[in-house]
Amino acid sequence: MTITANKASIKGGEFLIKDIDASQIFTPEDFTEEQQMIAQTCLDFLRTEVHPRLDEIDYAKNTDLMVELMDKAGELGLLGTAIPEEYGGFGMNFNTSMLVAEACGGGHSFSVALSAHTGIGTLPILYYGNEEQKAKYLPRLASGEWKAAYCLTEPDAGSDANSGKTKAVLSEDGKHYIINGQKMWITNGGFADLFIVFAKIDADKSLTAFIVEKDFGGITMNEEERKMGIKGSSTRQIFFNDCKVPVENQLYTREGGFKIAVNILNIGRIKLASAVVGASKGIIGKAVNYANERKQFGTSISNFGAIKHKIAEMNVKVFASESACYRAGQNIDDAIEDLLASGVESSQAKLKGVEQFAIECAMLKVHGSEILDFIVDEGVQIYGGMGFSAEAPMDRAYRDSRINRIFEGTNEINRLLSVGTVVKRAMKGEINLMPAAMEVGKEIMAIPDFSISDEEGIFVAEKKVIKNMKKAILMVAGAALQKFMMKFEQEQEIIMNLADMMIELYVAESTLLRVEKLITVRGEAACALQKDAALIYLHSAVEKTNNAGKSAITSFAEGDELRVMLMGLKRFTKIEPMNLKDARRRIAEVSIEKNSYAF
Amino acid sequence: MKILVCVTSVPDTTAKISFTDGDTKFNKAGVTYITGPYDDYALSRAVELKEQHGGTVTVLNVGEADAEPVIRKCLAIGADDAIRVNCEATDSYFVATQIANIAAQEKYDLILMGRESIDFNSGVVHGLVAELLGIPSLSPVMKLDIEGSTAKITREIEGGKENLEASLPLVLGCQEPIAEWKIPNMRGIMTARTKPLKVIEPVGEGLTSTDKYELPAPKGACKMILAENAEELITLLKTEAKVL
Ligand SMILES: Cc1cc2nc3c(=O)[nH]c(=O)nc-3n(C[C@H](O)[C@H](O)[C@H](O)COP(=O)(O)OP(=O)(O)OC[C@H]3O[C@@H](n4cnc5c(N)ncnc54)[C@H](O)[C@@H]3O)c2cc1C
Repeated sequence: MTITANKASIKGGEFLIKDIDASQIFTPEDFTEEQQMIAQTCLDFLRTEVHPRLDEIDYAKNTDLMVELMDKAGELGLLGTAIPEEYGGFGMNFNTSMLVAEACGGGHSFSVALSAHTGIGTLPILYYGNEEQKAKYLPRLASGEWKAAYCLTEPDAGSDANSGKTKAVLSEDGKHYIINGQKMWITNGGFADLFIVFAKIDADKSLTAFIVEKDFGGITMNEEERKMGIKGSSTRQIFFNDCKVPVENQLYTREGGFKIAVNILNIGRIKLASAVVGASKGIIGKAVNYANERKQFGTSISNFGAIKHKIAEMNVKVFASESACYRAGQNIDDAIEDLLASGVESSQAKLKGVEQFAIECAMLKVHGSEILDFIVDEGVQIYGGMGFSAEAPMDRAYRDSRINRIFEGTNEINRLLSVGTVVKRAMKGEINLMPAAMEVGKEIMAIPDFSISDEEGIFVAEKKVIKNMKKAILMVAGAALQKFMMKFEQEQEIIMNLADMMIELYVAESTLLRVEKLITVRGEAACALQKDAALIYLHSAVEKTNNAGKSAITSFAEGDELRVMLMGLKRFTKIEPMNLKDARRRIAEVSIEKNSYAF
Repeated sequence: MKILVCVTSVPDTTAKISFTDGDTKFNKAGVTYITGPYDDYALSRAVELKEQHGGTVTVLNVGEADAEPVIRKCLAIGADDAIRVNCEATDSYFVATQIANIAAQEKYDLILMGRESIDFNSGVVHGLVAELLGIPSLSPVMKLDIEGSTAKITREIEGGKENLEASLPLVLGCQEPIAEWKIPNMRGIMTARTKPLKVIEPVGEGLTSTDKYELPAPKGACKMILAENAEELITLLKTEAKVL
């Protein structure tokens, strides 16, 4: 394992204005033997227990099978990885729990049940519970004796989660809250023993969270939802009719529920990102295998350039998303370590550590879920007619992928959030955005710098490209903020553009840094394929940055300003052309030869 | 009960096989190593027997340091400690000598291993170890129960099964379904690093060295010939396949 140097000097969102040294980032190659063994246990569990039963899971008449699988996962300890040892878990760090999420990510409906339980179901108690609540509930959740669900969404409160109407009223004797209301889309609803329920006390404006045991009474449900995908995952509408919750089961502070929801979702988002990386790798394996076996015109279809292009793109995108995930995961771990070292209590440190990287969590969720959708789509295409057959695996993959762009905050909400948080932090002076944007504003008015750098090292030219991508974002964001001021929030189209630019930058930079670090450890010759991947990704990221930048600029600038900014954008999205076709072929060849994900 | 389980670290079944050093060495680059699948079953049964009867399970590997991940996985599955004899496993006799050398000092009730490794597949180490120790050996064992100092065994034989009893100590070559295949759990993985892994030097030297490895000739394309064209088949067998 290589050392990750100079930890924790990075703050969330600072990637926009700071250059990061390759030695500072964590790469998946840095995982220890023990972490890899943990991941292998998850993969083996899916392979032996889940994959042979996918149809059975999806078409089950009741939830018995899902419960049985969750129990088995519990016996292996898969439900307690993030829970401290004193509460019956294994106290693993954040990046390890990301790796577990990835390794468990290819289990379709089962993966959703597992992540809802370990994530949104368990974490509110872990991070916001008081000592009694933690001691009472966490060991049961860690072992899987109890299964958990999370009840935030309501028929009229989805993205606008804080607008929920569910009410909690103190009983006359002051011992209970009486909860009344309706929740919707509740994952694991059909078999959960414990519900995290968000409701408003009396006439409160904001939500309060409660730990509700199924046996408290007053809980009824509709039938299972009929869904496009993840059909085996239990999803229910749940009604609370005078559900009596002991006052000691209020979680955290009164009206502190929205904060819980937001912070738990941060964690859910980045873990979803690593889970879809796991799912993607599995799908690539299947698609490549099919391409190798399927013969047309007298040869395997994997010999056709059009198919190779697809295989390469699938591989590159996952490699890139993975690079970004674990870079951010380690940043979170480092931030947690720092907070712990400065005396912050453990749960608080973990929360604050993740919150610090809320921007990255939201961006990675968007990127990962859209990559998976790209991959299942190409997977179907590689399978041809068989891709459309419900007898072949791409059908399920295609349907199951789609939910990832909707839950844990829709991708629109996450795009808004990532840009919104950057702006908010810039206003507070936490990220030094405006001075940097002003610099760029000056730069585009000046004569372009045509000097050729005589710097030596790995990826000198590419790092300049990354620097320029940052400038492109700063230019667009700076100008848009100046133009719209307080009304910036209403310019969602521009915000979407900016979010895309930020995402592409972060992922391209992470990939480049990962490969640079690999090259310094293993030498250039051993990393040729990874280098191809980083460059292919960088080229497409630059192109997307250019497109998004253009559509943003043209939507608010005019005349000279428009011209200057378009010139600036052109300058900031310049990249030396290379033969990407050959690079893609090289990656495809390896994937085809290995009959699996190439890296 | 004291059980010794001998395990191999072998290339994953999907590994691409190639050679280096003038075809005298297996090319380990990019290859994932796993516990020999038959050894895995032997270990699983040992762990089950320990759960039933108490005792200890020791894992033994004759191999180089790169086998340690596989050894630690065995510890994670439930072995108590491990020994690695630090050398290249050049041939069956050499490996058997190392195992017998350790077993002679430690007096195990059971010495379990896979019926064969899946890299060289000689399937003779259990017999050789037993011979060197002067105790009986049986293989391939599909079922194993212990009552007192007696082992009740089901063995696969040509076209059927044989049930038999034998007194401990024994050396057994195992295969599925002798035990339920085990995945290491989180607790096992976390405790594996605290369990002892002793590295000892080998006794004697290997008797053989490899002159050259060869891969089987690649499979040719398959030609389908309709039943009514049997004559064409004969011609092709003569002219193309040149086997007639
Ligand atoms: C299978 C499944 C499982 C789920 N599991 C759970 C669970 O366990 N617990 C739970 O609490 N919830 C769960 N959900 C709910 C899920 O989180 C919500 O569906 C999601 O947050 C979106 O809310 P909504 O469905 O009301 O859509 P809406 O909020 O109505 O959104 C509709 C569209 O409008 C867009 N939109 C909304 N607001 C804005 C805005 N301000 N700006 C721009 N665009 C906007 C959205 O992006 C989306 O495209 C689940 C949903 C599904 C389908």
